[in-house]
Amino acid sequence: MLNNKKAQSIIAGIDVGGTFTDLLLVADDGVKVVKTPTTVENQAYGVLAALAETGAPLSEIDAIVHGTTTTTNAVLERKLSRTGMITTEGFRDIIEVGRRTRPQPYGMFGRFEPIVSRDLRLEVPERMDAAGRVVLDLDEESVKEAASQLLGLGCESVVVHFLHAYANPDHERRAVEILRDVWPNDYITAGHELLSEYREYERGVTATVNAAVRPILHRYVDRLQSELTREGFRRDFLVMNGNGGMVSARLVDREAAKTVMSGPASGVMAAAHAAKRAGIDNLITYDMGGTSTDVALVMDAVPAVSNELDVEYAMPIHVPMVDVRTIGSGGGSIAAVSEAGLLKVGPESAGASPGPICYGRGSTEPTITDANLLLGRLNPENLLSAENAPSLDAIRSTFDEKIAVPLGIDTDAAAGAVIRVANDRMAGAIRIVSISKGHDPRDFTLFAFGGAGPLHAVALARELGIPHVLVPTRPGITNALGCVVADVRHDFVRTVNRPLDLVDMGEVQEIMSSQVKEGNALIKSETIPIENIRVFHGADMQFVGQTHLISVSLPRLDATREEIQEIFEKAYFNRFQVELPEIRANLVNLKTSVIGERPDFDLSQIMDARFRAETVENARTGKRQVWFDGEWLDTAIYQRDKLPTGGQFAGPAIVEQMDTTIAVEPGNTVLVDTDGNLSIEIGDHS
Amino acid sequence: MSSIDPITLGVIQAGLQQVCDEMDLTFSRSAFSPVIAEADDRSDGIYDAETGELIAQGELGLPVFVGTMQFSTMTLIDFIKQGKALPPEEGDVYIVNDPYLGGTHLMDVRFAMPFYYKGELFSWLSNTGHWPDIGGAVPGGFSANATAVEQEGLRLPPVKLVKRGEMDPEIYAIICSNIRIADQRIGDIRAQIAALKVGARQLTVLLDRYGADTVKSTIGEWRGRAAQQMRAKIARIPDGTYKGEAWVDSDGVIDEPLRIAVSIEKKDGDLYFDFSESSPPCRGPMNSVIATTRSSVYLAMKHIFPEVPINAGTFEPLHILDPVGTFLYAEYPRPVSGCAAEVSQRIAEAVFAALVDPIPDIVTAAPAGSSGNFALGGFDPEKNRPFVMYQISGGGYGGNADHDGLTNGCSTIGISKTQPIEVLEQYYPVLFHEYGLREGSGGAGRQRGGFGVNYTVELRRGEAQASFVMDHGRVGPQGALGGKDGRPNTVTVYRNGEAYTPLHLSKDQDIPIAPGDIISVGTPGGGGFGDPHDRDVDLVLRDVKRAYYTAEQAQELFGVVLTADLNAVDGPATATLRGR
Repeated sequence: MLNNKKAQSIIAGIDVGGTFTDLLLVADDGVKVVKTPTTVENQAYGVLAALAETGAPLSEIDAIVHGTTTTTNAVLERKLSRTGMITTEGFRDIIEVGRRTRPQPYGMFGRFEPIVSRDLRLEVPERMDAAGRVVLDLDEESVKEAASQLLGLGCESVVVHFLHAYANPDHERRAVEILRDVWPNDYITAGHELLSEYREYERGVTATVNAAVRPILHRYVDRLQSELTREGFRRDFLVMNGNGGMVSARLVDREAAKTVMSGPASGVMAAAHAAKRAGIDNLITYDMGGTSTDVALVMDAVPAVSNELDVEYAMPIHVPMVDVRTIGSGGGSIAAVSEAGLLKVGPESAGASPGPICYGRGSTEPTITDANLLLGRLNPENLLSAENAPSLDAIRSTFDEKIAVPLGIDTDAAAGAVIRVANDRMAGAIRIVSISKGHDPRDFTLFAFGGAGPLHAVALARELGIPHVLVPTRPGITNALGCVVADVRHDFVRTVNRPLDLVDMGEVQEIMSSQVKEGNALIKSETIPIENIRVFHGADMQFVGQTHLISVSLPRLDATREEIQEIFEKAYFNRFQVELPEIRANLVNLKTSVIGERPDFDLSQIMDARFRAETVENARTGKRQVWFDGEWLDTAIYQRDKLPTGGQFAGPAIVEQMDTTIAVEPGNTVLVDTDGNLSIEIGDHS
Repeated sequence: MSSIDPITLGVIQAGLQQVCDEMDLTFSRSAFSPVIAEADDRSDGIYDAETGELIAQGELGLPVFVGTMQFSTMTLIDFIKQGKALPPEEGDVYIVNDPYLGGTHLMDVRFAMPFYYKGELFSWLSNTGHWPDIGGAVPGGFSANATAVEQEGLRLPPVKLVKRGEMDPEIYAIICSNIRIADQRIGDIRAQIAALKVGARQLTVLLDRYGADTVKSTIGEWRGRAAQQMRAKIARIPDGTYKGEAWVDSDGVIDEPLRIAVSIEKKDGDLYFDFSESSPPCRGPMNSVIATTRSSVYLAMKHIFPEVPINAGTFEPLHILDPVGTFLYAEYPRPVSGCAAEVSQRIAEAVFAALVDPIPDIVTAAPAGSSGNFALGGFDPEKNRPFVMYQISGGGYGGNADHDGLTNGCSTIGISKTQPIEVLEQYYPVLFHEYGLREGSGGAGRQRGGFGVNYTVELRRGEAQASFVMDHGRVGPQGALGGKDGRPNTVTVYRNGEAYTPLHLSKDQDIPIAPGDIISVGTPGGGGFGDPHDRDVDLVLRDVKRAYYTAEQAQELFGVVLTADLNAVDGPATATLRGR
């Protein structure tokens, strides 16, 4: 039965990051958190090691949900399976010539290598027109010849990509049938299966990425599944997808491209869950790590999803994915003074290696992390304990030489400036991807995680006019938590593309109810317990004659024409301050998301009650001088594990914990809520 | 006014930049015309209240507008002073498209709004948008053979389109009566105004926060620092004179090439650009107004030093001597419709060619540098309506000290993507037979040029006329430091099975097209960089395996001999051929 709390199943969420593999095991008798080193060559070893460390027999675990960067790394490092393409005669260069771009608006340098090189892309005679009518029959013999040629060239995976296959997939289907007879494995991808939308370049690249990572994901998942089975696990484990949903290990490789951006998605899912429990539905998630920062928007407790994201330059993957935007600012971002005598921070980064100066790995470039250290925001005793770590004085003199002297200010001011400029840059980037879309910052909470996020969150919120910050109990395991709490999610899009006043409203309802039906059926087939099903409807709209779309949410399946018109006009005005009574509205796409909500997970279990102090006073471990906006203040230092729930205190304060440090500014007030989140009110101070 | 600390300076500057970026985004996202909405053929900026000088401009604006709008704003201010335009009031928006008043061609329509803070004129906000039509002889405005500006369309001096917040219905009616597809213009006009309003809103927030005085002194200070930064960049160029040239195929009327000759002198830390040796004014529409000539130099320098910000100070060390008496200093009534799209890119090419010698590590060989405009207009009997299909094209970028040139890169002056074939075939009665990489087009070099594209398209039904405004048909993009030129642009029309090549190679107008006729275009490859005989032999082998070049070309162009099965390099034969 659904919703039977007593029979709560045992669930393990496992996220593989660049350095650590995090595991969160949730059972009746509590929660276990495990951190093991990531095994880069094969992530499965780290996963198995983490499971072993929980001590729980695999036979008793009901579900394992796994977030993996196997496909992400394969794409970014171009360690791909050798893949061949069979495509329409005259069009084998579609994925190489692209759509006439360059990597940046200014600068004539830049390079691009397609995923499948030209010698592995073969053409066959066939042609559909835009209406899906056959212009030229498929030459089946050519398909066979192409297949044997590609096999001879050592291809393991193959993609079939024909023009207008979204309008009529017959030729692609037939080619796949032919390939099934001759191709020695199952790694056959057809363009229309993954994405049934026009635009041959985007669809082609998406399908090609899918083909090129499929064998890699399949081998990884297959091996892990058999190891798990051998250890007694009785089901298929589940793999996180980029839309924040999950899919069975047995099926995941068919749509492997959907896992390419899954890492950041699970963090956003966790954030949405934690915030919702705290009574917050609208948030901006802010995950700042060593080299970059991920930002996403959550409205009405549901993360925004986009199907138009690029993994990198000229690499669009157009499947529905949580709309996570990456900004090139992280703890390792390098600060430098330009020829114009201005301070710049990033996007160049010292990364994890050599990393900031304070890591003691030989870097001499000042970074954001070093500035935080000089200003007392990070604890020198923790950071500089590593072997070969430089002294604070050594770091100070580097800041003097490279920043303070060129700017004509003192060292403290120089470090403060690095933080201020970095925050300003991040705030600008966050504003563009979130608030500038027409939202009021006062309606939002900034949800901060990642190693560096909580250090900067309060200042950013102040800068952006966001009144409230939430820092979860264990910011460092947010992605693993996402695996445990993520909902099961299915997204549907159907193109209508007609002026709203000509749309058959009966048909609109029909389309959306069939989307709901299909979603429900898919959710029923999942093995993971679901508590409740929620359905969201939306539409992509524009004025007739425009090309850009704006997405609006629809209140009900049977929203009236007038209601839809009004919702659209209002959304348009909010975004652009324009009213266009002369021009008709156009309904482009109808969208439905069917979300199987997982049982609520009590986040307070993640806190380790053993260390908790009785009072806030007792959680205080000391004080030190910390620099806040131009002056050194006597600042209380708290140990996060010791803070009691319900405890309150005011800034200035620094809260330290194993995986992050939280800076609380003067004027802020902090409440430790019942889940252990730090709930920070920014106050009027500015 | 006291001096501001460098941090606040940086923060406010970033804030001004963001105001412009938001204006750019608002304009594109709410526009109707695909030229603006998809191709981003627009730009937004903030200009000084008294001088009209550039304060900040959106990074996402079309590069060719990098300098023009300040000249346009300067002219407007001048007109107001002389009483030729009415003085500004809060809520006004001026409209102007006169090319000779700080513009480009007639299709680029500038809006300017006086921005008031606490009742005082603080600055001007202005934007340019490329309208899909402005009247004149040819739909779309790109006449290949106009001989006077009047044939190119409606020309507006600066007039108030919006007066104290209300659109003037009379001015609006005049515009609508003079352009094609006027019914959708209201959407673009509102979008263009909306961008200015969003800018005003954001700028007010910035001023509320930091105070008008602080922002004003930031602007002043920043102007000086931008000049300082540009000077620090050009300090890498040794003192001396550097010459470059580039050729425009023809003016579209008289079949003779037009020469752009630039002599760049570096002295006392500044650069002096002299174009006076260039061809005289031409009869056809390839003349360039001075604002566009200047802007083309600015955008070339910004391509070389992408890190420098865009404001009036940036341009201070760049002195462009008025090339009076050449086709780069067009005066009324010379036709100018080709200047923004093609001549501007040739000017940039001449600048690249001059500077690749002194600073070869950061300047590339010549890029394809054409917008590749192809228009097919006609009637579709199946849909029972007229149509106009615009197709733009990219080409190869020049090889450079670090790597081969990019294949099918965007035009030097643009940032817009091409339309998918699947979209074109959905809207227009055409069928593409090919859209692919143009083999052999990249100029040979140690780092070769990128490749252009080939496309072949057939009219399926109805009737149509084809027009082309392209360039680089006579000579390909120049190689550098011993690299070879990229292949020139080609246009061939197969009518009734017979091949027709336009007299002016890359430019022609109203070629009648019947069903079954085929248009075939090959776009230029980029110039090669360095001696092709220095190219890594394994890269030559790879390029042959990919059919970028034939085995014969590997031998002729790169001096590399391959084995008979084309699977390996014949080392001894190659060494002999390369003479080492």
